[in-house]
Amino acid sequence: MEATKNHTHSIPYRTYVIVWLVLLALTAILVLASAVSRSLAVWAMLFLTPVKAGLVFFFFMHLKYEKTFLKALVFMTLGLLVMVIALFFLDISYR
Amino acid sequence: MSYLEEGKRKGIAGWILSTDHKRVGILYLASMLSLFFVAVVFGVLMRIEQMALDPPIFPAQMYNALFTLHGVIMIFMFVLPGLSAIFGNFFLPIMIGARDVAFPRLNLMSWYFFIAGALIVLSSLFTGSGPPDTGWTFYAPFSLRSGTNITLGVFGAFVLGFSSILTGLNFITTIHRMRAPGMGWHRMPLFIWSLYGTSWVQVLATPIIGITFLLVIAERFFGIGVFDPAKGGDPLLYQHLFWTYSHPAVYIMILPAMGAITEIIPTFARRTVFGYKAIAYSSLAIAFLGSLVWGHHMFTSGMSEVANYAFSLLTFLVAVPSAIKVFNWTATLYKGAVRVDPPMLYALTFIFLFSIGGLTGLMQGALAVNAQVHDTYFIVGHFHYVMFGGTGIGFFAALLYWFPKMFGKMYSANAAVAAWVPIFIGFNMLYFSMLILGYMGMPRRYYTHLPQYHSLHMVATIGSFIMVAGVILFFGNLIAALYRGKKAADNPWGGVTLEWKVSSPPPLENFDRTPVIVERPYIFNPGTTR
Repeated sequence: MEATKNHTHSIPYRTYVIVWLVLLALTAILVLASAVSRSLAVWAMLFLTPVKAGLVFFFFMHLKYEKTFLKALVFMTLGLLVMVIALFFLDISYR
Repeated sequence: MSYLEEGKRKGIAGWILSTDHKRVGILYLASMLSLFFVAVVFGVLMRIEQMALDPPIFPAQMYNALFTLHGVIMIFMFVLPGLSAIFGNFFLPIMIGARDVAFPRLNLMSWYFFIAGALIVLSSLFTGSGPPDTGWTFYAPFSLRSGTNITLGVFGAFVLGFSSILTGLNFITTIHRMRAPGMGWHRMPLFIWSLYGTSWVQVLATPIIGITFLLVIAERFFGIGVFDPAKGGDPLLYQHLFWTYSHPAVYIMILPAMGAITEIIPTFARRTVFGYKAIAYSSLAIAFLGSLVWGHHMFTSGMSEVANYAFSLLTFLVAVPSAIKVFNWTATLYKGAVRVDPPMLYALTFIFLFSIGGLTGLMQGALAVNAQVHDTYFIVGHFHYVMFGGTGIGFFAALLYWFPKMFGKMYSANAAVAAWVPIFIGFNMLYFSMLILGYMGMPRRYYTHLPQYHSLHMVATIGSFIMVAGVILFFGNLIAALYRGKKAADNPWGGVTLEWKVSSPPPLENFDRTPVIVERPYIFNPGTTR
């Protein structure tokens, strides 16, 4: 069986607060982008939402402290999502 | 004492409140087979409709309801969860040397989601404004406008999705965290690799269809206009979202069947599996590439030409890992001491029928052929070769292989072979006729047909009767074995994976002591008894 030791990671509250503020800032940027133009809103959403998700994964869900293998799995699934969205655009952009 | 005798509670409560993975697997088996027979009846009724030219036996609206419910029940409640929920639940922990899945309570809850979803879908038959009539795909805008009970049917499918996601999550965690000491990734049985690939698709793709179905419900109730072109929506977006899930779902259905076949063939060829790593990684490659080919369902729907070319290319690519598996199975047989006991007979049938299904699928990957055969019986014939010839026959093979282990009883081998004859003959009469009919131009989902198609329709219908007779004999044999079957040996086939090292049926927590794995699987030493 793989090692199942209970690791505890004490992350300072300061880090959580900083990440939270960054998430708020990114959300504000997304809202502003949607006010500027529709295409900017879409591209901002496509690029910034994964960043936000990554921050949540890494800090709030403690992915930062996991093994490289598990990190790779998460990023592979995000890569798959990028490919799926790209295929959507192959239709919508050239229709 | 076996898991059938031991447990905290007795009677029905001992089943519906048990978190033992084996009992949960049997719960899925019983509920899915009940639903399977309901859908078989709908399928036979559809074939009976095609025996008459004019006037029809059933009205057109009833025929629409029949093909919708046949599809919804077969897809969402039988072939999709099928092997994964039944044999995955029962054998995954045993084959990796664990006592249960990672989250046993969540596992039981998944079954409750399954039952709740199934009951909701079935209630759409008898409530509201009549059963759904859109086909199992619930295509917009028709599903938004149909006066039938779409909302309930779609919501039932949404609930079923939770069962799939939670089971996938459970299996991934179990495989990562609960393998026995010494069982590295390349010492796992290949059935487990197939479950691993399947589980990822279940976790990643199912939420897409969940959200899509909720949007259909929101559109029906509030007219939000996401898919309805009259309100500025895009019906093609519905098709994209639907198939982004539903094509990978095809691999949720077929991958565990492929895994079961990979267990059966080495056992009955007395040979280590040819190309272990190729088979293991082809499962993941199928899961990955299969998630990128959904557009081949939409070649004639008005998608861009660029997307058509891309999806056509990707469709041809996904055939490569599937072909790797077929090549490796046949290579495993080469120079093996092959013995064709019932599980092997059905496994070989799987390879034959799945190959026809796969190759007819490749034909549709070509854009020009697709334009000819889209929405014809050719498609219906193709996917029944894959889904029934592949997943269905793979399910039968797996059931014959593992039945003695699951219940501790042995069925009649002669009756299992006798059932195979009408199943094989009836199957090919039914579905090969559909391939020809489709190529001649017979459209699918029509309640009637032109006179030139009548003879082949009759061949197909008679084939369906023959096949159903075989299926009844098949399950009759197993049910008789449950009551009157001889006690099965712990290892009747001479298998070498861990499930054959525990008693039949297995004890409550599978192992007295956690096994230690010291070698790769499928090593048949000369002394290994059959």
